[in-house]
Parts: sequence; C-alpha cells; structure tokens
Amino acid sequence: MKLTVAEVEHVARLARLELTEDEKNLFAGQMGAILGYVKKLNELNTDDILPTSHAVPMENAFRADQTCPSIGIDKALANAPKRVDSFYYVPKVIE
Amino acid sequence: MPMEIFDLTIHELHDKLESKEVSSVEATRAMLARIEATDPKIGSFITVTKEQALADAEVADRCIADGKTGMLTGIPLALKDIFLTEGVRTTCGSRILHNFIPPYSATSWEKLKGQGAVLLGKLNQDEFAMGSSNESSCFGPSRNPWNTECIPGGSSGGSAAAVAARQATATLGTDTGGSIRQPASHCGCVGLKPTYGRVSRYGVIAYASSLDQVGPLTRDVTDCAVILGAIAGHDPKDSTSVDAPVPDYKAALTGNIKGLRIGLPKEYFIEGLDPDVQKTMAQAIETYRKLGADFVDISLPHTDFAVATYYLIATAEASSNLARYDGVRFGHRSPQADGLIDMMTKSRSEGFGLEVKRRIMIGTYALSSGYYDAYYVKAQKVRTLIMHDFIRAFEEVDVILTPVAPTPAFKIGEKINDPLQMYLSDIFTIPVNLAGTCAIALPAGFSANGLPIGLQLIGKPFNEETILRAAHAFEQATDWHNRKAEL
Repeated sequence: MKLTVAEVEHVARLARLELTEDEKNLFAGQMGAILGYVKKLNELNTDDILPTSHAVPMENAFRADQTCPSIGIDKALANAPKRVDSFYYVPKVIE
Repeated sequence: MPMEIFDLTIHELHDKLESKEVSSVEATRAMLARIEATDPKIGSFITVTKEQALADAEVADRCIADGKTGMLTGIPLALKDIFLTEGVRTTCGSRILHNFIPPYSATSWEKLKGQGAVLLGKLNQDEFAMGSSNESSCFGPSRNPWNTECIPGGSSGGSAAAVAARQATATLGTDTGGSIRQPASHCGCVGLKPTYGRVSRYGVIAYASSLDQVGPLTRDVTDCAVILGAIAGHDPKDSTSVDAPVPDYKAALTGNIKGLRIGLPKEYFIEGLDPDVQKTMAQAIETYRKLGADFVDISLPHTDFAVATYYLIATAEASSNLARYDGVRFGHRSPQADGLIDMMTKSRSEGFGLEVKRRIMIGTYALSSGYYDAYYVKAQKVRTLIMHDFIRAFEEVDVILTPVAPTPAFKIGEKINDPLQMYLSDIFTIPVNLAGTCAIALPAGFSANGLPIGLQLIGKPFNEETILRAAHAFEQATDWHNRKAEL
C-alpha cells in the first residue's frame, strides 16, 4: 500500500503542516506501509465489541465550584512569542 | 573498588544523610561532577540546574540538621524533560519548545520537591516522547552507558542512561507504550509503569492522554517503591487520577513470594526472540521456581494486534494533543509568515521533527472524515479485546512474566529509516498501556556482548505492591542490579 502525494498533501493541510517534496515522498511510502500494517485489525470481527476510550472505569469527575487563585496575566503571557499589553499578538485574522 | 557517593541508591544515601556521614551539598556536588565528567559521552542531560540544585541541597541540609527528614530529603534526582518545572526550561526534546519556561510545575515533581528532593536537571528524550531509541530528540541522541554505540532505549532514554551512568540517584520518566520499561531494560535499571490513574499527569506534556503514565527509574526495587509512594495518589488537577488509598509500597517488599502464581503467556515466547533474551527468561523462571512461585501457562490471544492498535490510538490522540503548538501562546513562532493560518503552519513545520510529523500525519489520517470508523474506532474496539485478555488472565494468575523487549539495545541508526520495524520493537510493552494496568522492568541478565536484558512483571490494576514484591524477591536472589556500567 502506498499513499499518493495528493493524499499526503490533503492530510498535511488538515494537520497544518507544510511538508517539503522529500517529506511528501517519504511519508507517501512510510504512511502507506504503516496503514497497510494496521489493516491486520480487520482480521478480527468486532461487530459486538464496545470501543474503549479510557482504561479505568470512571465517569464525570466533579469538583466543588469554587474560585481559587490563578497564575495571573503576566505569568500566563510570559512565554508569548509576541504580546501587546495583556494580549497575545497574532497576525490579522479578519480582513 | 570503593563505593562513590554517585553509586549509592536512595535508601543508602538517605542513611548516610541521616547519620551525617555525607551532606546533601556533598552528594549534589558529587552528582554534578559526575554529570560533568560523563555527560559528554552519554548525553543524558538537556539542562543541568547546578545553582538551583546546590541551593536546594543547602535547604535540605538545614532540614536534616533540624531532624526533619523523609526518605527523599536531600536526594539528587533528575526529570525527563517532559515534566514542567516552574522557571526551568522544559523542551520535551523539541525545537518547538526550545525556549519554553513553564509557569508552574508538574504535580509529581511538586510532590518529590515537597519531600526535599534536589533537582539536578532535565533529561534527554525522544521528541514529545515519540520513539523507542532516543534518536528523535532535537538535541541529538543519548547513548547507552553499557555501549555508547547503542541506543539507551526510548522515549525516556536520558532518564535510564542517567541512572545507569550514576549521574542521578534516581529519575522520573513517562511510559505511553513502554517508554520507561524498555529503556530501563536496555540500560540495566529498574523502571515502573504504574496503573493508569495511579500517578497524576498534571504538568506532564501530553502525548497520548489515555495511555501516558508517570513512573520512576531507579537502581533497585526499594528505590522504585520509595519514589512510587511519593508520587502516587489522587490529584484534583488531574481528573483521570484515581482516588484510591496509596499503600506503603516499601512495606510490601517482604521477600516472600511462596505460592505466587506467575503466568507465562505463550504469545510472548515466540520465534524471533533474541537467543540471549530467551536464555535470560529461562534463567529468571528458574530463579522464581526456587523462590517458591508456581507457573501457569496462559494465553493473551490478541497480543499480535497490540502494535497496530497502539499506533492508531496513540497517533490519533497525539495529533489532537499537539494541535496546541501553533505559535500563538508559547513555543516557536515562525518569523516569516503571511497571515494567521500561515503563521501556525510554518511554526509547526519548522518546530516539529520528522517522527513527530509522521505520527501527527498518521493520527490525522486515522481521524479524518471517511476513515474514522475504519481506523480509530476499530482500534478502540480491539483495545477492548486486549483489555479482556488481561482480565481473563488475571483470574488465573497474580503476575505475568515476559521479556521487556525482543532484543537487547540496538545500534544507533540501525532502525531510524524503518519506522515500522522501530514500532514493532515495542510489542511486549504496548499491551500493558492499552490495558491500563501496571508493569515493572528489572535487570535479569546480560547478552553475550555485555548489554543488559530486563525482565517484565505485569500486575493487576492498582496492584503495584505485588509486582514490586516479586521484583524485590528476584533482586534479593540475584546480583544483576549491582553490576555497573564502566565509563
């Protein structure tokens, strides 16, 4: 199994990745091999099996609705690549 | 050969600190000197926090002088660079986080620090914990202290190498598909993956959230029990951590395993197993027989499907978790972008390495429209079958004994161009993460060319005591854990 370069480009766009031509060709082969390998799961009939999303049985971990101190704006923004006042600065979103 | 400070276990160093034979500052200096002397060869450390370590050691010495000591007071430790440490750069082995200084710390580190532990620094790892060889780190690979041409294992490769090279008294790692146990096995140390929910994941950079778990890498089983006891327990900040009492793990190390029922799954003792690994397992079984354990042949019939299941679930979760690296709030931002989407795309493409991109791509594919049921949901269903394998097996046995990896450590570069072969090397560790239960890796022998070989004991969920007790009994009966890598 091999993916086409067009398929690789489509997935890359969904993942917000820009791949070089070399990476596209490499991934077309490697993803094909990996996706071909995982097809072995189809040997198993799972019609009546429920999917597991979480190994430990638990649901709805509730806690009291109480306010508590947060880390504050300066600490939260300390790693911002760019900031203006108390905001993250990003390129223009709406034209 | 006289025992150096850096050779000591936690419990040995603790005794010397209590009796004031050694101070924490002396111990910390000894470790820092050891790191300086050996790390050019090994490459375990990404960041060494020298000044902070010495300052923390001084505080610990004052506590010791006041008679206020716990098992971890003044003990020099190091953390995989996946644990957030307030004020100390945390990279996760990735260029995208090369400049990230966390504003808070992981709960597991807060707990160790709260008990007086000293932080020596942050350890090398595969980028975002994605890898089995430590070769995907953007800082270059760490090397196996037993043979520096070999990989230390991954993804917690630096954590295992640092213990084996005696650069830290003990370390923390994380295990998503074997990332604590496999490097522990390759480097000849003890590594424990606790039951999912046993240890808080708060402040641990997420790879695959339904599989990730925090655990110790140590010189011996007693130290492993000490660290687990310190980090286990419910954390209100991690809603998947379980509110179950934390037993006294050290007290569980009684040395008595008479009548323990150990299962041998036929799917783990297969053709293609390295002859040295095979021989080591046979010897380990003999040792356990002499210790009074009973062996039961069992079957975990879906083992052969575990790697395929894992590489769909883990990559799907990773593609979602790693969506947060977009250059907006922290981490690398591309300086040359045209608009917001382009800025995000370029930042990610410049920041992530090849293996991370590959896994994001596979995960995105598996979750994409038209493929979701065929890949992702199918894998979740097979996960259920794999869990049931273990539930059924544990009706018959207390512990399951297996190899950790099919071969000893391989050479750096050997599998880097064939990701599927690399993934298949995790075949014996992955099922435990899918089932969510606990397992320990411990030294059990050496290959003909002097590389360590580990033994894996898998336990029932939230029954870490039993695998620790069984591991400790084995350790008492053998001396593999006393062997030291010459550097």
